[in-house]
Amino acid sequence: MNTVEQDNSLIREISAEKYRYGFTTDVHTDIIDRGLTEDTVRLISERKGEPEWMLEFRLKAYRHWLTMEMPRWAHLDIPEIDYQNISYYADPTVKKEGPKNLDEIDPQVMKTFDKLGIPLEERLALSGGVAVDAVMDSVSVKTTFKQTLAEKGIIFCSMGEAVKNHPDLVRQYLGSVVNYRDNFFAALNSAVFSDGSFVYIPKGVRCPMELSTYFRINAAGTGQFERTLIVADDDSYVSYLEGCTAPMRDENQLHAAIVEIVVLDRAEVKYSTVQNWYPGDENGKGGVYNFVTKRGLLKGVDSKLSWTQVETGSAITWKYPSCVLLGDGSQGEFYSVALTNNWQQADTGTKMIHLGRNTKSTVISKGISAGHSQNSYRGLIKVGEHADGARNYSQCDSLLLGSDCGAHTFPYMDVKNETAIVEHEATTSKISEDQLFYCNQRGIPMEQAIGLIVNGYAKEVLNKLPMEFAVEAQRLLSVSLENTVG
Amino acid sequence: MSAEKNYIDIFSQNRALIDKGSAGAMNALRDKALECFTRYGLPHKGLEEYLHTDVRSWFEPDWGMNLNRIDMHVDQAQAFKCNVPNLSTLLYFLSNDVFAASDTAANVQLPQGVIVCSLREAAERHPEIVDAYYGRLADMERPGVAALNTMFAQDGMLVYVPDGVVVEKALQLVTLLQSPVDLLTNRRILVVLGRQSQLTLLLCDHALAANKYLTTQITEVFAGEGSSLKLYDLEETHNANLRVSDYYISQEADSTIETDFVTLHNGRTRNSVYQTFKGQGSTLSLNGIAITDKEQHVDNMTFVDHRVSDCTSSELFKYVLDDSSTGAFAGKVLVRHGAQHTESQQTNRNICLTREARMFTQPQLEIYADDVKCSHGATVGQLDEKAMFYMQQRGIPMEESRMMLMQAFVGEVIGKVSLEPLRDRLNRLVEKRFRGELSQCEGCRACR
Repeated sequence: MNTVEQDNSLIREISAEKYRYGFTTDVHTDIIDRGLTEDTVRLISERKGEPEWMLEFRLKAYRHWLTMEMPRWAHLDIPEIDYQNISYYADPTVKKEGPKNLDEIDPQVMKTFDKLGIPLEERLALSGGVAVDAVMDSVSVKTTFKQTLAEKGIIFCSMGEAVKNHPDLVRQYLGSVVNYRDNFFAALNSAVFSDGSFVYIPKGVRCPMELSTYFRINAAGTGQFERTLIVADDDSYVSYLEGCTAPMRDENQLHAAIVEIVVLDRAEVKYSTVQNWYPGDENGKGGVYNFVTKRGLLKGVDSKLSWTQVETGSAITWKYPSCVLLGDGSQGEFYSVALTNNWQQADTGTKMIHLGRNTKSTVISKGISAGHSQNSYRGLIKVGEHADGARNYSQCDSLLLGSDCGAHTFPYMDVKNETAIVEHEATTSKISEDQLFYCNQRGIPMEQAIGLIVNGYAKEVLNKLPMEFAVEAQRLLSVSLENTVG
Repeated sequence: MSAEKNYIDIFSQNRALIDKGSAGAMNALRDKALECFTRYGLPHKGLEEYLHTDVRSWFEPDWGMNLNRIDMHVDQAQAFKCNVPNLSTLLYFLSNDVFAASDTAANVQLPQGVIVCSLREAAERHPEIVDAYYGRLADMERPGVAALNTMFAQDGMLVYVPDGVVVEKALQLVTLLQSPVDLLTNRRILVVLGRQSQLTLLLCDHALAANKYLTTQITEVFAGEGSSLKLYDLEETHNANLRVSDYYISQEADSTIETDFVTLHNGRTRNSVYQTFKGQGSTLSLNGIAITDKEQHVDNMTFVDHRVSDCTSSELFKYVLDDSSTGAFAGKVLVRHGAQHTESQQTNRNICLTREARMFTQPQLEIYADDVKCSHGATVGQLDEKAMFYMQQRGIPMEESRMMLMQAFVGEVIGKVSLEPLRDRLNRLVEKRFRGELSQCEGCRACR
């Protein structure tokens, strides 16, 4: 077999790589009828037992959504989505019969999370482990270590609970970073959102453990519209992890989430994502549409927010975690590895909006495209008139594996202040033949050499992940890449 | 669409007049142009490509158009001596859109087969050339000024160099805007290089008198196999000047093009370059400088299309923005499927000198082939404080050190100009510009 054939066969192998989270759980799920009307919004609000103001919030968003059109500017080929053919609420925790015991979780659901490697029993977690909020379809199944965290004054619960138990905090901050008018998917989410996590870290508290939310889509014909809100009060610190998977299905499932983060004086938030939604099969059939709005408002002086993402899943990704650097001396960071394979499409990047003085931002993005996929980086660096001394450095590298994929870079820079320094660099290339040759020469087989080089290429970003996630992310990358030859 | 409607009406009412003032291929394309213009209209801010320059609003005022071809005689020798010392050029003029050769150029024997003349005249005398090339590159099927220009353009210039001919002397085309009333001019330039031919072309854009001018200029460049073209475009107009210039460049195999777009003094300018590599082994060096102050605005958009393998493109654009001027740069490099061994490099560096100055930059890479080396970089910043400090420490006054640093900053682009006399000339003009002397050409009566 000559090298080209070898290359092709290896690429075929990776294309055939199976998605190991593609199982479904047979659990009784209460799914509302498909379709989206004002009544659907009222029904969701009623199911969740929400107060009147929350319903108003949803209805306002819904009415605004009706006036909007789906954005078409991204470098994505999005098939027409029938928003009336999706069920907007699926609850796997509702019992078929008998009295409801809220603490009791369906053993099937327990098993699902065990299988995903997310133990919901606190005793099973490693010491000093990770507190998890497990969300299946539209409902939070369980939040672990709530008690331990409450002792420090930390609130970590599902959004549904927060609306009931901490209405003042939720009312103060919900929608304050991502307004329902922000974009099409933000409006949709604001109208129909179901559980996500709510985190509040009080003044001066350093969260003793990693907080994590695990999102799982299980039911067919549904979408997931979770909403996460994190508030870090003065001088606090929290590291938050997010993971997600979905079953393998031929239909495309919609995931339109909002994450809002408020960082006050001198507080620091680290937000890490390993996105592994089902990417569709090797012919591009099925897979999750991941249209997410994530934004942090760095309100306080010297506040810090760091986004780290490893994007390997989803059929289509439309996602731009952003930082609004409002407080003087605030710092935003964005580290991303986006890998696309087969027929996946990703248009992802970040926005850094410098408004305060002496604000800093760093953007490191590594794109890897294989198969027939299209991978785009899209970013905006904006420096406002009053952002004296703003500093930005962006670096976007793209790696192409195979001649049928695409790698694109669309950075925007808009500078209104003469004291700002904004730098952007981008490169696109295939794996260096010299490096491969060197590895082969040292007896490292081709596929391992590729894995090695790609892992080295992504290391700058992977190093930013918390330990628990770094292992997972590295494994994910190697699953997808060990067998690829460029 | 009121601006569009206005132009469609003018066109319909004056069709006969327009045709009378022009000829052949230029007239033949007008119907299609009208159809495209009606469909796509003028470019406006709602379009990604024109995000920072609202070209449509420029067309809204009631501009005069010289469709009647009234003679607005300019004594070129008196008005203008835009010579480049030590560079002997053959000088041609376009007063608004009327072509004339200088006395020297008129009497010079050009190499065998080379044609430099009015486009209207060419359409009559050399229809085989004009028919084959006119309007073949300018893309009217999109919002832009190409359709409008094709509707109204009556004249311009043709440069034709046959296969294997080397034009030793540089050609210089000076465009002069002059009119007693505010004027809209639509002109065309057609440059055709045969196989293995060589040409150096210098375009200087000037505006005489303080009237308002709006110009659309479409330049179509065909570079044949193995040909070599050096093309320099220098704008020195005034603050009330509006310019929309579109270059459409097509490169056959093994051709080489070196271009420089220099905006030294202007009002509001939009330059677009649409380039396509049609044959392997070609090279493009696309560079630009913009120096702006007051309310000036310069928007350069480049689109480099690597359709075939083994081509190299490099871009370097530098802006120095003073006062409340604005600059925009958007550069897109498209590497199509199969365009392997492409090398592409794009750099845009900008200096904002004041708080009010504003820069937008948007480099883009769209790549569908894997065996490529592509990179882009963009920066927005200020002059290096350490360098300033060092120079002052050595006794160089602050203003002087600023000047020297700015000169050095744009010097990198000027350094890419391969004609030494032109390089010296540009360095001098840039220095004068930075010294606040409106970058007037020596001997230019109008600028005095």
